Amino acid sequence: MATLHTRSAARLMIAPSVLLLLAWMIVPLAMTIYFSFLRYNLLMPGMEEFAGFSNYSYFLTDPAFFQALFNTLAIVLGVLFITVIGGIALALLLDQPMFGQGIVRILVIAPFLIMPTVAALVWKNMFMNPVNGLFAWIAKLFGLQPFDFLANAPLMSVILIVAWQWLPFATLILLTALQSLDEEQKEAAQMDGAGALSRFIYLVLPHLSRAITVVILIQTIFLLSVFAEILVTTNGGPGTQSTNLTFLVYAQALLQFDVGGASAGGIIAVILANIVAFFLMRMIGKTLEA
Amino acid sequence: MARNVSTQRKIVVTVVAWTIGILIFFPILWTFLTSFKTEAEAIASPPSLFFFDWTTENYHEVQSRSNYFLHFMNSVVVSFGSTLIGLIIAIPSAWAMAFSPTKRTKDVLMWMLSTKMMPSVGVLVPMYLLFRNTGLLDTRTGLVIVLTLINLPIIIWMLYTYFKEIPGEILEAARMDGASLSKEIIYVLTPMAIPGIASTLLLNIILAWNEAFWTLNLSAAKAAPLTAFIASYSSPEGLFYAKLSAASTMAIAPILILGWFSQKQLVRGLTFGAVK
Repeated sequence: MATLHTRSAARLMIAPSVLLLLAWMIVPLAMTIYFSFLRYNLLMPGMEEFAGFSNYSYFLTDPAFFQALFNTLAIVLGVLFITVIGGIALALLLDQPMFGQGIVRILVIAPFLIMPTVAALVWKNMFMNPVNGLFAWIAKLFGLQPFDFLANAPLMSVILIVAWQWLPFATLILLTALQSLDEEQKEAAQMDGAGALSRFIYLVLPHLSRAITVVILIQTIFLLSVFAEILVTTNGGPGTQSTNLTFLVYAQALLQFDVGGASAGGIIAVILANIVAFFLMRMIGKTLEA
Repeated sequence: MARNVSTQRKIVVTVVAWTIGILIFFPILWTFLTSFKTEAEAIASPPSLFFFDWTTENYHEVQSRSNYFLHFMNSVVVSFGSTLIGLIIAIPSAWAMAFSPTKRTKDVLMWMLSTKMMPSVGVLVPMYLLFRNTGLLDTRTGLVIVLTLINLPIIIWMLYTYFKEIPGEILEAARMDGASLSKEIIYVLTPMAIPGIASTLLLNIILAWNEAFWTLNLSAAKAAPLTAFIASYSSPEGLFYAKLSAASTMAIAPILILGWFSQKQLVRGLTFGAVK
């Protein structure tokens, strides 16, 4: 059926997307690689010169870089921990028969639909603010000293905010996967006398494993580049306590105008993301064959 | 007896689930309520949940002080613009890959997806410089271009998985009945493709509306969509809780409503069809 005619037509239909994405992928990335080998500061135009690997060695020996690397991993792992465990628990709960299931589902999904800057600002001001925030009021209610979240535990606060945004994503996907579990299988296990716990470990969890993997991989891609939440809450601080790799590169480029250094940082971020992407792509590739 | 137990259980589950649901939703509810308070009531201690003098003052105030409508329109133009252009580019591609696949189709799809894996910060510097040198910085056009490019892989993937589900036998049946190619497209394929295209449109508007890396870095006073506009409340202005809440409520309400209608598509689109 695929005649020569239809095949060339198909190629023509695919061409615009391929060319656009090819350009989008190659042009800026090539420029970043090129810049990363230059001594290039926007404040000193015309002074660009080849710098070899000095931008990389500057970045890789900067204490802020290791702090940022640590923070990046802490955000990814912290949010994953909260959302995967919480997501499984919530999905199991929402899968039970109850009154008003649809409404509860809607309530739980909502945080994922909120734009990051709004989510972060609402948490920062109306909940975590040590004077006027709701948490401060609750603390005072119990006679405790209000806790200044963003000053004393900036990284934890960012993790909390981002986890609130991503919990619905994990819940929704795990719930969808849970609902595809065969009822008969569950009943059969129950008749064979399997308790709730062993049913969960031997039946539900293996069934969810694919969805859990998908959740982990996709969230990791997004969590490696958390940006807006940091920008509007802590601005990376105090010091660099809540600066992640994305924010460090942003600060280097648009606050210090160091194009060379920022580019080197960008390339390091790309390499990190590629390691994760490698596993994700294999996972999705497998489903394509199925 | 068994029935009694299950009703009891259902009630317990209902109470627990509703409590957790309301807790998770609470920050949004609180924002909504605060937007109708006066600034004094917004920071009053103890805070009042429902019993305060409801006022719409903040909504007027937000518009008159910062031209809220401009930023709202920026969001609309950027999210709808980038989604529509993306669809125009993606529909033929997804169509071709779904209905006349070749040996390389799978590789092309995987490669397209891999462009989505590149962290934005890796190309922040050149994009910023390119935009600065071409006058695209802080323009709606510039934002539409970038958002079209970053969401194109998701659009193509979603469309592809939907088109794949249109059974080929239907085409054969139409042909047997003597339908011409144009009739085939208009009467058979289009009606079957429209739900998929609509879902893709919906999900992408949500993603583009909430995008907050490029909008924050490539726009300022003129072209800033709501994501970037709200960010300006992070310093001094943020102390005006009621106004922040009013601005936030208007920014999130349209997308909350769209999102609630497209829960299923959300899962499918965000997992690239890996979970349905």
